[in-house]
Amino acid sequence: MLVKFYLNDVEVSFDVAPNEYLAKTLRSHGIKSVKVGCNESSCGSCTLLIDGKPMMSCSILSASIEGKHITTIEGIQEEAAKIAHYFGEEGADQCGFCNVGLALTVYALKRELKNPSEEEINNYIVGNLCRCSGLQSQLKAIKAYLKEE
Amino acid sequence: MVDKKKMRVVNNKTHSVDGKGLMQGRSYYTDDLAVQGSLVIKILRSPHAFAHIKNIDVSEAQKLNGVALVLTYKDVPHVSMSRAGQGYPEPSPHDKFILDEYVRYVGDEVAMVAAINEEIAEDALKLIKVEYEVLEPVLDFETAYENKSIIHPEDGIYEMFPIGFEPKKNVAATYEMEVGDVEKELAKSDVVVEETFYSQAQAHAMLETHSSNARLDEHNRLVIYSSTQTPFHMRRIMSTTLGIPLHQIRFIKPRVGGGFGGKQCFHGEFFCALTTLRTGKPSRFVYTREEVFGASYTRHPMKISLKIGAMKDGRINAIDCRSLSDTGAYGEHSLTVFMIVGSKVLPLYNKVDAVRFGGRVVYTNHVPAGAYRGYGAIQGNYALESTIDILAEKLGMDPKKIRELNSMREKETSPIFEIMGEGTKGTAMIMESCKLPYCIKRGAELIDWEHNWPRKVISPTKVRGYGMAIAMQGSGIPFMDMGSCSIKLNDGGTYMVTVGATDIGQGSDTIISQIVAEELETTVDKVIIYSSDTDLTPFDCGAYASSTTYVSGNAAWKAAQKMRKRLIKEAAEFLEVKEETVKFDGKIFISGEKSITLNELSIKLLYNKNQQQVQVTESYFGHVSPPPFMSAYAEVEVDLETGEYEICNYVTVTDCGTTINPMLARGQVEGGVVQGLGMACFEDVKYDKKGNLLSNNFLNYHIPTHKEIHKLTTEFADSYEPTGPFGAKSVGEIGIDTPPAVICNAIYNATGVRIHKLPITPEKILKGLKELRK
Repeated sequence: MLVKFYLNDVEVSFDVAPNEYLAKTLRSHGIKSVKVGCNESSCGSCTLLIDGKPMMSCSILSASIEGKHITTIEGIQEEAAKIAHYFGEEGADQCGFCNVGLALTVYALKRELKNPSEEEINNYIVGNLCRCSGLQSQLKAIKAYLKEE
Repeated sequence: MVDKKKMRVVNNKTHSVDGKGLMQGRSYYTDDLAVQGSLVIKILRSPHAFAHIKNIDVSEAQKLNGVALVLTYKDVPHVSMSRAGQGYPEPSPHDKFILDEYVRYVGDEVAMVAAINEEIAEDALKLIKVEYEVLEPVLDFETAYENKSIIHPEDGIYEMFPIGFEPKKNVAATYEMEVGDVEKELAKSDVVVEETFYSQAQAHAMLETHSSNARLDEHNRLVIYSSTQTPFHMRRIMSTTLGIPLHQIRFIKPRVGGGFGGKQCFHGEFFCALTTLRTGKPSRFVYTREEVFGASYTRHPMKISLKIGAMKDGRINAIDCRSLSDTGAYGEHSLTVFMIVGSKVLPLYNKVDAVRFGGRVVYTNHVPAGAYRGYGAIQGNYALESTIDILAEKLGMDPKKIRELNSMREKETSPIFEIMGEGTKGTAMIMESCKLPYCIKRGAELIDWEHNWPRKVISPTKVRGYGMAIAMQGSGIPFMDMGSCSIKLNDGGTYMVTVGATDIGQGSDTIISQIVAEELETTVDKVIIYSSDTDLTPFDCGAYASSTTYVSGNAAWKAAQKMRKRLIKEAAEFLEVKEETVKFDGKIFISGEKSITLNELSIKLLYNKNQQQVQVTESYFGHVSPPPFMSAYAEVEVDLETGEYEICNYVTVTDCGTTINPMLARGQVEGGVVQGLGMACFEDVKYDKKGNLLSNNFLNYHIPTHKEIHKLTTEFADSYEPTGPFGAKSVGEIGIDTPPAVICNAIYNATGVRIHKLPITPEKILKGLKELRK
């Protein structure tokens, strides 16, 4: 079946199977920045934005996104570079596999919550698992990014 | 010794060379690089913990439209090997066939299907008919030895040198050592404590699942991309197992999404290779998350019994350590992990008159155990450092004081270093750098040990306990593991660095770039690094045994020194002066009145005069393995009504010599600490009574998140290791070693409950509290 949506503001139409999930659709169309870490919506690596909200694309049926706006990291390159800068400052970017999904989550957090508390930040990003960093350095980097005007 | 104050790149903040690109989504992980339209590989896995395949019929699966290849044990070379991904000869038993007529755990490989897509591959698996003779599994490792069920009854399995391999007794490896007379010293002691601890299996849970893909290049050579920690070992092992000449195989390790030891071993590589060789088509194999949990590796569960004898003044006379380790269905890393329980733990207390270590590693019908960050040291540390606290209490001493009195100091040694290596004899060494006394002192200040230990009552139901432990690890395997580095001068005066060293996210590409940039007095952006490609980069043993910073880093430093000398020689020739008169500051060569910039020289050398490619290669293997040292302290708040607890602060002070990259070193320590806290507090690989894995996803196998980790206080000692690159030692593993003992000690100090079996859960604490009240 054909599904039409906006990928980083460009209208696209992809032929998808009715039972196909978005992460697979995007990866099979060459959008390999979308990472699949569990394929059962429990690790957050495949996070992207659907109409601005962070969602786990491994568990969103591709057929369900007709007409929606999908943002992958390709759509926020400058913001990703900024987030990377703060991660670099804290040494928080290790293997990088979870970073794309986390960057998209943090980008959405900045737009959704103004001056969030540490608890609010933790609640927002808790679904983006990371096994490398020790997490504290990530939190420091995210706080610094959120403070940036 | 290089003056740290003069270092401009090393020991200075430098962002990861690839951090920004990866955050922006540059797609260089293994499966990102698979050929579009590759055959998809899926594995039929055993539903039984132990069974013999009586009949297997794949004819229906083969007939399914879209299926390209089906393999069973009848179709693959019957050559036993170890998937461990170690050097040669391997200290692990050769006890695994690519596919076998026996299956030894729920999840073991029965058959392989390659098809044009995932759905057809999965459908084909359902069409394979298998008749099993179900055998009695061994699911309790304490009953494995000489059990009537023999897990490896087959012929053709062997040890490459004596490791105590006795498969008919379910023994993968055995080890015994003794220094002095332990029985005599224990008898002489004023106080003897005797304790037994159990540590559980832990899952690696790296975010990128195991992944590999294969293709044939234009020469019909086999090219394998793999999320591996050991590309050179993999090429060697694949060559001998499949009987393909080594030079016909190329392994490329692209970006790896975390390893922690789990990617040292083979996973899907053999299946990709066989599929592509037999069909001529590219193939790819990506483990599902369930397969990572249920069909890769775990940490070795262990039972460790300790006897420690001490005099009234706190001097420790003797340590006696008996261990039993569960290697699961196959013996990858069985002996070496076991030996680390002793060799990277017991030397902490080097003033003893006698020390003994030994026991065996047994097979069970569980998911095989393999390499895992800490590699035996975390299990040993939990047992020893918990027992030291028990001893201190019996002696009426502050646990910090007993450690200060008995632990390793600079310029000292332990006889264990010479006796115990990794699978073989070890190497004697003196601690040229050991700031452990400082680490203990500084950590105590940071947690205010003097005022807080052992506990602080917060309310009638809340108590804060304070615990501590010390740890050591190593820096590579001396006289065994080698790393090498080539540096090429580009026109424009930049450097192309190729290394075998395997960046798996720990940042080795970054720290090697820093080492080269420091020596050549340039900046990291002028250094281009390419790593881990068996065709294009020089050899390296791979990312394990905390070897990269020390071994590969030393190779990079040597290569950069050689390049510097070579550049001066070329500049001197060009300027027609003597080499000794040339000074080089990274940008310009000056001799008296004469000068030439590096940029000019690099262009002349390629285009104008005495044209040549300037390139150097150096290798390094350690003659010692200088241990990093650490002290760790925790403040833990326990709810006496529920047994729940929160880690308020986890303090570490680490001596890893010079921190090549202070931020990345911190990342290694904190990443290790948090992974260790997971093991200490809740991570637990669980099976049902039939050997089915219960913890097979991120919902029922919880790893630490931002919710659990509140405050980490991480410092480094000012230390310089004279044999390390710019004074560095390795730091990849040590962070994981302390949490089980520290949390165990802190919980005891808070509640009086001593947990002898990991993980330390609220249920166990509550049960202990109830027993105390009786």
